[in-house]
Amino acid sequence: MNAPTSLPATEAERKPLTKKELVAEHPTWCPGCGDYSVLALYYKMIERQKLHQEKFVSVSGIGCSSRFPYFVQAHGVHFIHGRSLPFATGVALARPDLHVFVFGGDGDLFSIGGNHMVHAARKNTKMSVVCMDNYVYGLTKKQTSPTSPIGYKSKTDNWGAVDQPLNPVKMVIACGATFVARTTHTNPNHLLETMEAAMHHDGFSVIECLSECVEFYPGAFDSANPRKGGQFLTVPADHDVTNEAAAYKLADAPFPGYFGVFYNVNRPSKNAREAKVNATAMEKFKGLKDWQILKKTMERMK
Amino acid sequence: MSEASISSGAAGGPSHVSKISEAVIRIAGNSQDGIQAIGGFLARLAGRSEQEVITFMTIPSTISGGPSIFQVRIGTGEVLSAGDEADLLVAFYQHSYNDHLNSLKKGGLVLYDCDHVEPNPAYEAQYRHIKVPVSSLTVEAIGGAGRDKGKNIFVLGLLAKMYALNVEKLVGLVSERFRGKDPSVLQNALGAFNAGYAYSLDKAVETFQFAGELAGRGSQVVMTGNEAIAYGAVAAGIRFGAAYPITPSSEIMEILRHELPKYGGSFIQCEDEIASMSMALGASYAGRLAITSSSGPGISLKMEAVGWGIMAEVPVIIVDVQRGGPSTGLPTQVEQSDLNIAVYGSHGDAPRIVIAPTSVEDAFYTTIEATNLARKYSVPVFILSDQAIATRIEAFPEPDLEKICQDIMPSLDPVESHKAYDLAAPDGLVAHKPPGTRMLDGRYPVVTGLEHDEYGHPSGSAKLHTVMTAKRRKKIQALAATLPAPAVYGAPEGDVLLITWGSAKGPAQEVVDRAQKAGERISALNIRYIQPLPGGLEAIFDRFKHLFVVELNDEGLYGFGQLAGLLRSVYCRKNITGINKTEGLTWKVREIHDLVHAKLAALKS
Repeated sequence: MNAPTSLPATEAERKPLTKKELVAEHPTWCPGCGDYSVLALYYKMIERQKLHQEKFVSVSGIGCSSRFPYFVQAHGVHFIHGRSLPFATGVALARPDLHVFVFGGDGDLFSIGGNHMVHAARKNTKMSVVCMDNYVYGLTKKQTSPTSPIGYKSKTDNWGAVDQPLNPVKMVIACGATFVARTTHTNPNHLLETMEAAMHHDGFSVIECLSECVEFYPGAFDSANPRKGGQFLTVPADHDVTNEAAAYKLADAPFPGYFGVFYNVNRPSKNAREAKVNATAMEKFKGLKDWQILKKTMERMK
Repeated sequence: MSEASISSGAAGGPSHVSKISEAVIRIAGNSQDGIQAIGGFLARLAGRSEQEVITFMTIPSTISGGPSIFQVRIGTGEVLSAGDEADLLVAFYQHSYNDHLNSLKKGGLVLYDCDHVEPNPAYEAQYRHIKVPVSSLTVEAIGGAGRDKGKNIFVLGLLAKMYALNVEKLVGLVSERFRGKDPSVLQNALGAFNAGYAYSLDKAVETFQFAGELAGRGSQVVMTGNEAIAYGAVAAGIRFGAAYPITPSSEIMEILRHELPKYGGSFIQCEDEIASMSMALGASYAGRLAITSSSGPGISLKMEAVGWGIMAEVPVIIVDVQRGGPSTGLPTQVEQSDLNIAVYGSHGDAPRIVIAPTSVEDAFYTTIEATNLARKYSVPVFILSDQAIATRIEAFPEPDLEKICQDIMPSLDPVESHKAYDLAAPDGLVAHKPPGTRMLDGRYPVVTGLEHDEYGHPSGSAKLHTVMTAKRRKKIQALAATLPAPAVYGAPEGDVLLITWGSAKGPAQEVVDRAQKAGERISALNIRYIQPLPGGLEAIFDRFKHLFVVELNDEGLYGFGQLAGLLRSVYCRKNITGINKTEGLTWKVREIHDLVHAKLAALKS
């Protein structure tokens, strides 16, 4: 692939984007929704990391949190329900020059998109995924989600949820994600720090961010919020982030559990592996134009 | 191995040498006998000899093998189909002999392996039998532990003798095929070939010689339809693809996975069909127009994402190698029953482009055309191939690659401003601007499946949905206005117009050739652009009494196949009716011709 055209020489002089420049339409979320916090800190991260609009793209599926790209004045994609990860993989592999951020909810990323999460993690394509986990389907108004705890009373389980909820952190580690962290919308500094660490990770990074649905699951995460009498326990300082078994054990702690980076290893990304395949293949045809390579191939078909 | 040494082995000789302009050879055996390899060698030889060739094969849907045939029609005139009846049947087994003798012309030749086949005395009167102990002679020629492995190459040697084929070129092809393997493999293959060639065919009443080569045909390439689409994509400048394995389209992804890295591109095998459609759209959005290939069940799965591509106006190429359906259906057999899903699939009002190539050569160029249409109209484009085109081998003039290969990398230069869904754009056409493009006015598009305003921001406005729906329709209508009317094959007016699409074109044209000789007023019209339909069809339809749509699908609940139904809905003509079949095999010329007669008779009574 051709290298993207370089930008004007004034690039170095450009100031970081401000929140004012990044704000697009007013979010459609309910007042008090945890997702506002993620959005505000995404703006902040872009500013602090000096990203300009031609350097990143925000991709989402369907759900309340998946409205995210509309609220960012930058290239964005609102794709279909559950399929943001393969779409984002296409973007990331075609355009290694871009930072790809994926936003979605627990239903989008772990229910309808569950299989894609398995394989996106396995491929380890470079991108950062933020799952705004509210333990409920919000946009469709209170149905049980794959992370709803047993006993949660929804419109599809009036008597309380009966299916075992899945544990996003354990699942994505098992599938091969190379950076896995957990945070919450009520701790802005921790959320920002986690997003920045994910952005700089060379591989598939996943953040489970507890994000309260004030409409259909109010108070769900109070026990993780010191201001509401809960406790915010960070991952112990002596936790070895390269130890998969230790990360599992930590992720198994009962709610509210721990917050921080559970797992962080270096494994060649899909981008790097494909680039290596290409370098080897292209070496054999060095100096030839595309049509000459194809002509060589067709010689064998005569 | 020189030609001389091969020739010196030939002893005896048949009584008569006939000049022929074409031959249909059917090789019947089991799939593990390498009969496809014989057919492949013959087809490639025809390609190198400036002859036309079309092959036809059946393969069992199981891995462990089973009865399989490969038919080759080679000619020095125009070859339109794989041929109804064989001039020669090569039968490896009793079941090959029993099941395929009826595909032989009356008086045709059957060459059978007498180690496995006991001829039927009743047939011996009707067909000329040539008895050859293929298996034991192969074992004798090669020896070792390979048993009768290599008998396909032995038969190739026999055929080379019978049809006075160019031995030097054939040996060259065999050598190329086994190059890079253990030298003993090639040695054994050549041993088997020589033994076959040297075998005395004096019991054959005649041998054959092709009359000349096609003048001015020039250098030819030989490939299957799947290969043509894959290499067409390379020539078109496509550098990204994603797919999931499915018969009979997997070959396209296998080739592109191997080939694209040479050009700096990538083809990704995905976890499922939905992911592959999504990933292709992601790459296309990102500026690398992508291709995905699949077949029936996979196409069903892709449909929600296809709708997104239409709504979001993101170009992408979708290849549907049609097989028998619905559901798992007939995975290794042909049907043209995906026209409706290609045209109408996905929910909502979702106009897209659908093109049906008619041959291997056409599949190559269609892929380039589809790429350019997808880009120009920012819309998903379907290439409706089918199992018959996908697996058959054809020779066609080597493309002028320097001229046709294109670079479609988009510019990422900054733009002043950009409305992704600009309602004021002529014909509604807005070139897609990939991420990475700086927009100097600071306003960026969201590319979306929600109904949206000109910048891609969601809107539930009744007016916007109306004008945006119309915009997505109008650009396809704008394309329709540029499409020329297809050419009528045969007389411009008459009693019957055979309307075809895809692989039915060749056999229908052959019907026209035969009908004209018989004084019948039958012509044919192939429709390549299924959606949008080209203009000018009505004027053509006006000049024929009966419009018979020949397609490999069911006549449907109301009596019309899928293209017939579409044409009736557009042109409201009662004289559009169908000629359909659903047996998983391509059309025979005589079949169509007989059905035309039957329909005409029924209409009279």
